[in-house]
Amino acid sequence: MPEAGRTETGSLTTTPSRGAGTKGAAARFFARFLRHRLALAGTLIVLLLTVTALFGGAYAPYSPTTMDFSAQFAPPSLAHPFGTDEFGRDLFSRVLHGAAISLRVALIAVGISSLVGVTLGVLAGFLGGWVDELTMRFMDVLFAFPAVLLAITVMAILGRGVGNAMIAIAIVYIPIFARITRGAVIGVRGREFVTAARALGVRPGGIMLRHVLPNATGPIIVQTSLSLAFAILAEAALSFFGLGTQPPAPSWGRMLAEGRAYLGQAPWMGIFPGLAIMVSVMGFNLLGDGLRDLLDPRLK
Amino acid sequence: MTLRYLMQRVGSLILVLFGVSLLTFAIIPLIPGSPARVRLGVQATPESVAAVERQLGLDRPLPVQYVDWLGGIVLHGDFGESLITGTPISGEVARRLPATLALAFTALLFGLLIALPSGIISALKPGGRRDLTVSLMSQIGVSVPDFWMGILMILLFAETLDWLPSSGYVPLAQGFLPWLSHILLPAATVGIISGSIMARFVRGAMLEVLRNDYVRTARAKGLREGAILVKHVLRNAAISVVTIVGLQMATLFSAVVVVEIIFAWPGLGSMALNATLQRDYPLLQAAVLSAAGAFVIINLLTDLSYVLLDPSVEYA
Repeated sequence: MPEAGRTETGSLTTTPSRGAGTKGAAARFFARFLRHRLALAGTLIVLLLTVTALFGGAYAPYSPTTMDFSAQFAPPSLAHPFGTDEFGRDLFSRVLHGAAISLRVALIAVGISSLVGVTLGVLAGFLGGWVDELTMRFMDVLFAFPAVLLAITVMAILGRGVGNAMIAIAIVYIPIFARITRGAVIGVRGREFVTAARALGVRPGGIMLRHVLPNATGPIIVQTSLSLAFAILAEAALSFFGLGTQPPAPSWGRMLAEGRAYLGQAPWMGIFPGLAIMVSVMGFNLLGDGLRDLLDPRLK
Repeated sequence: MTLRYLMQRVGSLILVLFGVSLLTFAIIPLIPGSPARVRLGVQATPESVAAVERQLGLDRPLPVQYVDWLGGIVLHGDFGESLITGTPISGEVARRLPATLALAFTALLFGLLIALPSGIISALKPGGRRDLTVSLMSQIGVSVPDFWMGILMILLFAETLDWLPSSGYVPLAQGFLPWLSHILLPAATVGIISGSIMARFVRGAMLEVLRNDYVRTARAKGLREGAILVKHVLRNAAISVVTIVGLQMATLFSAVVVVEIIFAWPGLGSMALNATLQRDYPLLQAAVLSAAGAFVIINLLTDLSYVLLDPSVEYA
């Protein structure tokens, strides 16, 4: 699993602007976005994944769980583009169905970790003092565990299953969201517009939500995209180990674990699900990298 | 290196290790059910479970248990006993930690063998065809699941070509070649992934140095490109490469855990997974604690090595 997602995405901060950008700025951003080939490629892959997750199951040629013992280990053909597995299940249909599982786990896990991480980061950065010290030391402790090991440990405590896998993945990525947000908040905390708001008597909660947080959105958005990539990898890894999504659900990681036993006999079982994981992960990575380039004020 | 910086770093290391030990200790109180039940099986009577809990010391207050547990580890290297086999865990850790470290360092070597040449080549002509190839490779390196990479390696080098064994471990004491043939595939799996990620950073470090005035001066003096590269660029880029290696350790360690499991490598990662699957919680604690400990210490050593390498870095 993806440790790279837990390293800082850099010190970029969007230029301070109180309300979100004007209409012109949004249009300019969109125009630059379309010109950025990597970001565009990432977006297309992410769109493809989303469409597959939403509708792939409905249009799959076979049921993902129906067994057909007359077609065990069928190599890729027109009838079965990705071949079949040891139960004669159509791998192409299983891969299509797997998209929904992957994307759902990734979205929920990253949703939880960004919510918790951003909240902790804003509190730590804005309040400072012992709140900051305590929060960040705790994040250091979480960072001290290699990511997979932390996820496995959380799974050992919570028990197997896809819901617990989401929680485990969320916990692994909370520290990075907290660090990034805290960094961005500290960057704007002393700026004139915050002092001005304070002088005008805006309550701390209001300052955080309306003045500080919007200026930290750039790095958070970038990190969200990168974390989605790593969450897909993490779900696949945990399911591969038998801890995440349980059979017969067609999770990509689970499918690879099943395929590993038949590598000599049916190599396609070990290839296509992995390819699906890699392409999806690459989509979110490219999108994240592209957004980072586009949001970095130094590169404008 | 100032003594104060060293003390500060060691101080925060101890603090982090303390936190790590607390979290690791918390595994057993947090799991639903009792370790005694794992040892006795589902049919155990409440009386026998209570008796084993007393024997394991689980009926004492948590702070007492924690101090006793940590004291045993720190003072005697005693991690307790496996719930499944009943044997002392310390022997297991002593066997597995070297296997994990050997795999990690061989993989790092592999990674550098890939990252340094490809990073340097791509920085020499940014935007060129070789540069684009390297950046595509990097993108794949970040996105490929490590366990899938392991499967592909087994598929190619063990199943199809039959060149190397698909799993297992031979200690170095039993001969270099048998050892090498077993470590090659897992180390290459981790090395290819982290090497292709590092290549991107090596490229960045090289470009940074190439932009400097002294490189332009050297060119203006009429030095040959090769001499400039060796004398001025590589030497200065070396410091950033250590930083890159340091940052990469996290990814590397995580990949090692996964790859150990794929290749049945008897290290701490496979120990952690087996312990989790068999609900052997003291074994899991030992794996997690020693892996995190090794990881934190390696991070500290990389940090300190900057100071030794670069006299201009001063930490107050």
